[in-house]
Formats: sequence, structure tokens, C-alpha cells
Amino acid sequence: MARMAGRRALFAVPVLGIVTFGVFAVAAASPFDPVKAYAGTAGLTASQENLDQLRANLGVDQPLVARWWDWLTSALQGDFGDSSVMRQPVADVIAERMGWSVLLAATAFLIAILLGTGLGVLAARRPGGWLDRCVSSVAYTLEAAPAFWLGLLAIWFFALKLDVLPAGGLTDAASDVVTFGQVASHLVLPAAVLGVSQLPWFFLYVRQGVADALAEDPVRGARARGLSERTVLLGHALRSGMLPMLTLIGSRVPELITGALLVETVFSWPGIAAATVQAATSVDFSLLAALTVLATAAVLLGNLLSDLLYGLADPRVAFDG
Amino acid sequence: MTVRSIRVAVAAALATALSLTAAACSNPESAKSGSGSGSTSAVVGIAYEPDSLSPLLGYGKDGNSKIFDGLLALDADMKLRPALAAALPEVSADGLTYTYKLRQGVKFSDGEAFGAKDVVFTYRTIFDEKTNNPSRTELDAVEDVTAKGEDTVVFTLKYPYAPFAQRTVLPIAPEHIAGKQDVNTGTFTTKPIGTGPYVLTKWSKGEKLSFTANPHYWGGAPEVKKFTMAIIKDDDVRATRLRSGDLDGAILPPNLAKGFADDRTKKTYAANSYDYRTVTLPTNNKVAGDRAVRRALDVAVDRQTMVDAILNGSGKPAYGPVPTDSEWFTQGTERPHDLAAAKKILDEAGWKPGKDGVRVKDGVRATFPLWYLSGDKLRQEHALAYASDAKKAGIDIRTEAGTWEVIEPRMKHDAVLAGGGSPADPDFDQYTLLKSSLAGDGFNNMAWYDNKAVDAAIEAGRRSGDKAERKKAYDTVQRELVKNPGYTFLTHIDHLYVVDDRFGPLTTQVEPHDHGLASGPWWNVEKWSTKSAGGSEK
Repeated sequence: MARMAGRRALFAVPVLGIVTFGVFAVAAASPFDPVKAYAGTAGLTASQENLDQLRANLGVDQPLVARWWDWLTSALQGDFGDSSVMRQPVADVIAERMGWSVLLAATAFLIAILLGTGLGVLAARRPGGWLDRCVSSVAYTLEAAPAFWLGLLAIWFFALKLDVLPAGGLTDAASDVVTFGQVASHLVLPAAVLGVSQLPWFFLYVRQGVADALAEDPVRGARARGLSERTVLLGHALRSGMLPMLTLIGSRVPELITGALLVETVFSWPGIAAATVQAATSVDFSLLAALTVLATAAVLLGNLLSDLLYGLADPRVAFDG
Repeated sequence: MTVRSIRVAVAAALATALSLTAAACSNPESAKSGSGSGSTSAVVGIAYEPDSLSPLLGYGKDGNSKIFDGLLALDADMKLRPALAAALPEVSADGLTYTYKLRQGVKFSDGEAFGAKDVVFTYRTIFDEKTNNPSRTELDAVEDVTAKGEDTVVFTLKYPYAPFAQRTVLPIAPEHIAGKQDVNTGTFTTKPIGTGPYVLTKWSKGEKLSFTANPHYWGGAPEVKKFTMAIIKDDDVRATRLRSGDLDGAILPPNLAKGFADDRTKKTYAANSYDYRTVTLPTNNKVAGDRAVRRALDVAVDRQTMVDAILNGSGKPAYGPVPTDSEWFTQGTERPHDLAAAKKILDEAGWKPGKDGVRVKDGVRATFPLWYLSGDKLRQEHALAYASDAKKAGIDIRTEAGTWEVIEPRMKHDAVLAGGGSPADPDFDQYTLLKSSLAGDGFNNMAWYDNKAVDAAIEAGRRSGDKAERKKAYDTVQRELVKNPGYTFLTHIDHLYVVDDRFGPLTTQVEPHDHGLASGPWWNVEKWSTKSAGGSEK
């Protein structure tokens, strides 16, 4: 198990290197102009001389490989450079926002997994029953519903019609101290929306997995031996029905990141996702590369995690990756 | 990142303990003020987040920055008033030297005294090529700035530049802080210290900017003690949060502002603006460069319908960069919609209708592309309306969407739906739009407009210190634009704001194209009185 984790970590090094180079190459080839993005509306009245000076100051007139190499060598020494779009060091940008994004994504993930598994098991117990039919059709609908739209709907219903939950922000707009109560109540809607938008996949996988397992011989055998329904369901069916879902956990990470992007925007959540979009459209090389490293690392970790879980849940699987 | 999240979790746990204790001993009244309805706080929703709060990088260059003051400031009527300067500047007879006496006893919010060295530092840093300030061109006229003693600053100019004083609304940064760090990425860019009426307490990027009143403000401590700008990019979400009572005010597009018309607790303010939408007619295009075509388009376009249909009435027809209600507007240069006149102009110039209704002259079809910024709905609607009006006169305009990166290389030959507008001085828009030597210089003079009479007039307009003479010069420009319009100006757009009525009647300033942070009814939030709120303060 440790060997597999170690080998994956070694493997991650060239992957991250290639990915950052890819980011620089794609950004350099993109039609967006970093100078124009930096200057914003002021650029529309700036003289060409002024813009040329900016280009030199920002270092974007350097060739692609030189820029990437500069970034990589200083990043290895712990200096991630300065973000041109945020006008501050990349490390500060990430430190300011990362915690909030992790909090949002982790809560949403937890909601999706717990609720998805719970409902999935219940639905699988009586396939075609009223609960199964209700939840399944809702799940199919949710699969198609964009997180953005769900967010607006949630704001309209819970913040506007019922007035029970805040419509956005990390804390009340008027308050500038971050307290647990404030953050907790402001987290409910965005995390629920993000969680619910991820829920269908978990639900459908678990439902299918458990339903299949219930029809398998070992489970039928267990039932025949007179074990309680509870033991059969949770001890046998769920255990093998969970397997495909564990793989799903890892593969949902990228989806979670893109979903967070929309949800953060709708709810004015001060996370990293909104900064990512800005970094991309502004060709902010330093920030974009750092964020890509983080996203790649998250995906690799997600895959590792699901493989480890899979191995733990199913002893037949060897930790060889 | 895990360390960070653990730290957040620990902080959150500590905060719970604190908030529970606090809740236990709070009185019922304080529970009410949590939602931002306290009599001395205001929360407004804005659509744009600044990149930086450092004046050295261009923040607040048009004045009114709340955290900072300039040497001068603009009042409600856009007249210059002294701010950090004790009086308006003394201008030498040749218009080349501006001398500012500074206000005494002003302190930065960290307690350090403000002085001439800070002014010199601010301007010199902006002039420095290493400073990434994209608006440096605006101070092009300055040769040098020097301090004469503690309380006097002297600017010397390269050439007489009448609107120079309008540029000195630029905020002044403290040398003792900003001078000690990297000007482009230092902490000052996000944690500014100024002399202004408000002190920034927190900038939660992507979420909000929180301000608290500066009790030692030289202009008197503001009554609204807490001021928050919530950054909400989506128009619908902003409207929703305004309706839910989360916000006290917000900027809204016309269609959403309309929803608050019947709300008695909210008032809608339409801020007059210099924000224009125009179509560039590049000289290098065989069709758009033809004077007859330009003149025909100028009268074929139905501006009033655009105002009514696209802007829901919140705006005015535009005939040039100067709005019709400005003191600089030349009466009598309005061009009413007249399709028959447009057709006559084209007929006389030899543009004859072809088989498909599109006019042809010497084998050239009267057709050209018109680009607009993709995703900008307002520009798209203007472009489509313009093309449809032109079609009626027999000119085929093909609208196409693109980003600036796509549009820029085509600006020399293709028409563009452009926007702009800065209200402080007529020179600011007209010089960069019309001066022939600026053709193709960045985004200046996008239409490659070339007119000797206009060149001479705008040059005279910026050099003369005499207002009557300047007015005469800009009259000439506007009359020339009737004879040879290098652009078809379409509309000036009002900016709409909806604000809670409890702040009483408010005012707005004439606004530029750019939505500054301090645009809108909260341009003078430091002067807001809260008399109608709760009645606790008689």
C-alpha cells in the first residue's frame, strides 16, 4: 500500500512538470493578450508606448520556454511568482482563497457521498418501488441541471421566498469578522447546491451496485442462511455495491472543481475557483500554472484515494496500481 | 493546502466558542443590526472588483476613491474643489506651471502626517517605467513635479494643457509605506493606507470590500460608520440579494431595475453619464470611409428608438462624445432620424441601389463588417439596431462578435461598436478619439479619423486656458463632425442604481464609461445623513 502511494508520488513529478509546460504552451497560444487583460479598461486609452512598456515589465515578451523554465526553477525554490491579475504574490492569492474552496468542496463532497449512498441503498432494496422511482427520476433530472441554475433556484426559494438562509457571501455583507456561526449558515446553500449537483452519480452507482449485489449468489446465500436483512444489506450487498462508487470518488474530483467554479460565482464565495477563471482569461501565467499544479495534484490524489479505498474494500485487489 | 484547511478548521472552532459566548450575553437590539440594517451602516452591491487599490497602479485616477484623496476633488456638478490642496492651483500665464498649496494638519489613517513629499512620490512613481500603470499616458503633459518646502508642490508641463488640473484628482499615496515595497505587487496594493474618509478594514477578494469611517478625516467624520461593497458579478443575483434585504443598494441593468419601480422602500437613481456607444467608421474602408456613406448613416440611424427599446428610456441620443445636456455640447448639431435625407445623400453621391437593394458605386457594394465585443448584450443590441437602420438606406452592415484580441487587428478596416466616455473635461475623449496623429495608436482614434480642421481645434482646445476660447474650439469640432462624421455616435447610457429609501434623497455625479467603485449614489457616502433611520438621532 505504501509502495503504491510512493510509486504514484514519483510518477506525479513528471506529470506535474508536463502539465505546467502544457499550461504555458496553451496560454501562449491562446488569443488572449496578458497586457490587455492587465490594463483592463485603462488599456483602451493607453498609448502603444505605454502598452509596450507594460509588456516588457510583465515579462510576457519572453519566449515560451524561457518563461516556463524561470517559473519552474523559482517555483521549486518556493517562489511561485507574482500574479499579474491580482497584483500580489501567487502564494498570497492561494493562501487567501484555498481554505474556503476546500471547505466548500469537502462539505459538498460529504453531502453527495453520504446522501447518495444512503438513498442508493434504500432505493436498491426495492427496485421499482415508490422511493426508487421518485429518487431516480429526480437524480436523472439533476444530472442534467446545471449547478448555476440550481444555485439561482436555491437563492430564490430559501433566501427570497422563505428568507431562512443568506443568499451569498462568506458572512453577512455588513459584518467583517469571520465567525463560525456566520460561515456555517452561509455555507449551507452553496455546499448543498454543489453537493446535490454531484449526488446523482453517487446515487445511481450505489443503487445499481447494491441492486446487482443483492441478486448475486453470496448475498442470496446469506439471506438463505437466515441472516438479518440489515446484515445482508449493509454487510454484504453494500460492501460489493460500493466498489464502483469508490472509483467514482476519484473521478468526480475534476467535476467538483468545475462545479465549484459556478457555485462560487453565484454565491460570491471567496474561493479559488473564481480566481482560476480570471487567471485563465487574463493569461496570468504564474497564477494559472500554480493553480493547475494544485488541480492536477487534487486529481492524482483523488485517483490514489479511490484506488486505496478500493483495495481496502475488496481484499482481492492488490495494491499494485 | 491541508495545513491551511486545518488552520481554518481550528480558527472556526475557536470562533464558535467565541460566538456562543457572545450570543449568550447579547441584547435583543444588537441581534437586529446583524443584517446590515443598523442606522450607521450601508451595504451596496457592485458588479466589478478592482484589480488593485493602489493609486500608483491606476486605482482612483478619476478621483473619488474613498480611501484616498487627490489634490483636488470633483463635486456633484463636476466642478473642481480643493481636497488635499488648500485651494485650486495657481497657473502661470503661459499655462506651463501649476502650483498647489497643501492643506495643513492632514494625517494618513496610520497617524503619519501628509506632506509635499507624498505628492512628489506618488507622481514620480507613476512616471517610473518600472511601475505597471496602464494610465500613465494621461499624465503625458507633465515634465516634472517638485516640492517647494513642506507645503507647496509645483508641476511643470511640457506643453500648455488646460485640463491638467482635472488630472490632479489622482489619489495620493503615503511615501512612508508605499515607498518601501514592490510597487507592483507589494501589500500596499491590497492593504492601502490613505487620507480619505474611509479606511479599508478588509478586502475579501471575490466577496466584498469593508470600510469603516475615518474618525480623524480632515473633512469631518462620516455619519455612515460602516460601509461595505459586496462584489456580486451576476446581475440577477445582485437584484435578488437587494430584494432579500441583504443589500441596501446596488447597480442594476435597466430591465432588473424596473422590477423595483413599485417598491416603496427603494428608490431608483439614474446617474447621468458620458458613457457613449459609437460605431467607428474607419477611413481605410472603401465604404465606411466615404463621406457620403458616413453622413447618410448619421441620419439614417434612429437613436431615439435605441434609447427607448434597448435602454428602456434610460439614456439619451448621442451625436458626439459630448452628451446633449453638457455645457460643452454645441446646440444645433443634433441630427434627427431622417431616412429620406439619408437616401438622398447616397443618391447624389452616386451610390445607386443594386438588384438586392444594396447600393453600389463604381463596382463597390455598400457593405462592411461591424464588430462588437462578444458577450456584451448591450453592444450586441446596438450593433443589430444600427445594421437594421442602415439596411433601410441600402447599406449592408454585417455584424460579427469577437473578443478584443480578434477585433483589434481588424480595427483599421472594419467598423467596431465601441464605448467610452470621461466626463471631467471635453479634451479627455475628443483628443484621443479624433486626433489624426493618434490613428492606430493602441485603441486611440480607432476610426483613423483624419481632419485638419478638427486636429487644429482640439489642439487649441487643450492649450488655451480661457474657457470661452475652449468652448469655441469644441464647437468647431462638433460642427466638423456633422460634415464628416468619422463615427456614428448612438447613445449615452444612464447608469441605474436602486437604493434603500432610508438614506433619504441622494445625488449622483456625472459618470464615466468605467464603473468606478465610488460611482453611483454612494459617490459621497461620507456625506450621507442617517436622519430618517430609526429616528434615534432626532
